Amino acid sequence: MSGVEVLDANDAEVLEGGGERAQDVVVSVRDLGKMFRLPKEHSGELRRHIINMLHGEKGYTEFNVLRDVSFEVHRGDFFGIVGRNGSGKSTLLKLLSGIYRPTAGTISTVGRVVPFIELGVGFNPELTGAENVYLNGAMLGFSNAEITAMYNDIVAFAELEGFMDQKLKNYSSGMQVRLAFSVAIKAEADILILDEVLAVGDEAFQRKCDEYFQQVKLDPSKTVILVTHAMESVRAYCNRAILIENGEIALAGDPDQVASAYSRQFITQSEMSTDTDMRYGTGEVVIENVSHRLAEGRFVLDFDLVNKTDHDRSDLAVTFEFVTGGVVALGNSTRFVEPYVDGIVVRASDSEHFSVEFADNFGNRDFSLNMSLGDRVSEPLDVRKNVVEFSSANVEFKKSWHMVGLPIIRKAG
Amino acid sequence: MSFKESFGRRNRLLLREMVKTDFKLRYQGSVLGHLWSILKPLALFTVMYVVFVRFLRFGDGIPHFAVSLLLAMTVWTFFSEAVGQGLHAIVARGDLLRKISFPKVIVVLSATVGALINFGINLLVVLIFAVINGVQFRWQIVFAPLVLIELYAFSLGLAMLLGALYVRFRDIGHLWDVFLQGWFYATPIIYPLSMVYAPKGVTVESRLLMAKILLMNPMAQMIQDLRTLVVLQTDTVWTFLHNPFVKAVPMVVVVVVVALGVLVFNKRSQMFAEEI
Repeated sequence: MSGVEVLDANDAEVLEGGGERAQDVVVSVRDLGKMFRLPKEHSGELRRHIINMLHGEKGYTEFNVLRDVSFEVHRGDFFGIVGRNGSGKSTLLKLLSGIYRPTAGTISTVGRVVPFIELGVGFNPELTGAENVYLNGAMLGFSNAEITAMYNDIVAFAELEGFMDQKLKNYSSGMQVRLAFSVAIKAEADILILDEVLAVGDEAFQRKCDEYFQQVKLDPSKTVILVTHAMESVRAYCNRAILIENGEIALAGDPDQVASAYSRQFITQSEMSTDTDMRYGTGEVVIENVSHRLAEGRFVLDFDLVNKTDHDRSDLAVTFEFVTGGVVALGNSTRFVEPYVDGIVVRASDSEHFSVEFADNFGNRDFSLNMSLGDRVSEPLDVRKNVVEFSSANVEFKKSWHMVGLPIIRKAG
Repeated sequence: MSFKESFGRRNRLLLREMVKTDFKLRYQGSVLGHLWSILKPLALFTVMYVVFVRFLRFGDGIPHFAVSLLLAMTVWTFFSEAVGQGLHAIVARGDLLRKISFPKVIVVLSATVGALINFGINLLVVLIFAVINGVQFRWQIVFAPLVLIELYAFSLGLAMLLGALYVRFRDIGHLWDVFLQGWFYATPIIYPLSMVYAPKGVTVESRLLMAKILLMNPMAQMIQDLRTLVVLQTDTVWTFLHNPFVKAVPMVVVVVVVALGVLVFNKRSQMFAEEI
């Protein structure tokens, strides 16, 4: 049995009469599951569809985005939903808003739900600011008379007096967002669903929004469900939160704990990788003591080459592969860098320390590094996959990062 | 989402705003603005009149054939516009469907209502034309709204059916274009039905069947009925066909299309947000 059940206000009062804690539940999600059917190639074509039907093949692959999600939101809650990209939180939000239908489980809501999956839904650049307010208002369920009554408030909050007769296409993006946000917060909804909308406008407008959210937080009649990546928002406004990981609830409860768990996700991954990485090779000479740091926009990698045999090696080369999204995005080898073109020398039973610097052309991405040590002839001596993982978010973002040439290798010290 | 729910207060507001916006934006940026809604049909009528009445002499011997032609053209223009826009409406409004939850039928309704407004303007032009042409309106004209209701229901039903399928199968768009062309020529619009069964003014037995088959198409039924009610008695399903079961065919087709449209649309509309 699946479906979205909407109880009307009368039912809500009946529930309130119950006198138990459950009286305040305004959103109840039980064993919620969502499966997407991802179409295979060309399945949008009628011909393909008929062929598939004749062959008894499915034109899609099934993909479970959410599994067994259950939680309750009480009246007055400021409820946070956090998770990494692709964890299924936006799907959850769309299910709560009634945009998607659940494939399993139920969602019941009490009262009027107004979802803002995105601000300014239906905004049309060819209409004036004022016309867009009425249009957007209608999407949120307001009549013309209702909007007229609050029109001045909306314009004042957006600080757009004098611009309302201009077409929206002549607005700056900041002005558009301010207008959309101002209409949105006027919606007298019992349950507000917000997706990543807190970061709008300049600092002054941010402060205004902050005040508004603090106010909503204290209002026991308003319920807000907020989906965000910004842990400071979760800590500042939410009284309860859940962390979604791979389509399941990983943690529920205190927003501080959830926010910390969310931030920890990134760290644990890079620590874990050293235990689970792949390593192979003859082991005659090995790569050891790998460490990295991001400093002043440079990625610095330290490692030792340890010669475990009793003869000198002078033909060694280390190859670096930077992997992002499962693809080797950047690569380089000591073979291309003076003075190692002819090979790195490591004496018998000795070790050499290297410090290699890469230019800051990684951009705003997560990378993992593969290193391999070899000579010109034999099998690989030591190959280490995922030897370090790092997120170069704190490196200055360069749009053309993939166009920038190979990393620069220097032996430091 | 039930139909009763679809016509709640909130959805009526939404429908009105969407129609208003479309109407506002239709002639956005043009110098003549909404004058175009009158000018366009007038220009089209002039072309049709010159080509089919003056040059090709399709309606020779038939009084007020020009008015009949324009009336039928207007009906057909509405039909093709309503179904065409309704067909594309769901996909065109995809961004909206992915972001807010509302009865999807509103999108198709707003597209067809837009076409309906145009239809109203065009009909007005036709009526003025009829007066100038000296048409003596018959009292039966009071029944014309019944045919118009049938026309709207048929167009909406077809738009819902095709629009819902178009989300999954984009071939439908091209198929419909071709089909519509054929349908236009299979309907007695630019030629009188008598040209089919009596090419030289004399009824040919072997061609009667062909004319009867043509009349069984709902668009032919509606157009011939409207011509009879507004302009002049002509061959209609009711006078031309004799078997009561055959007479019922156009109406049955309309009912089946509307029922199928509502059924398919309701079933598929739950998945629109994901499939667009």
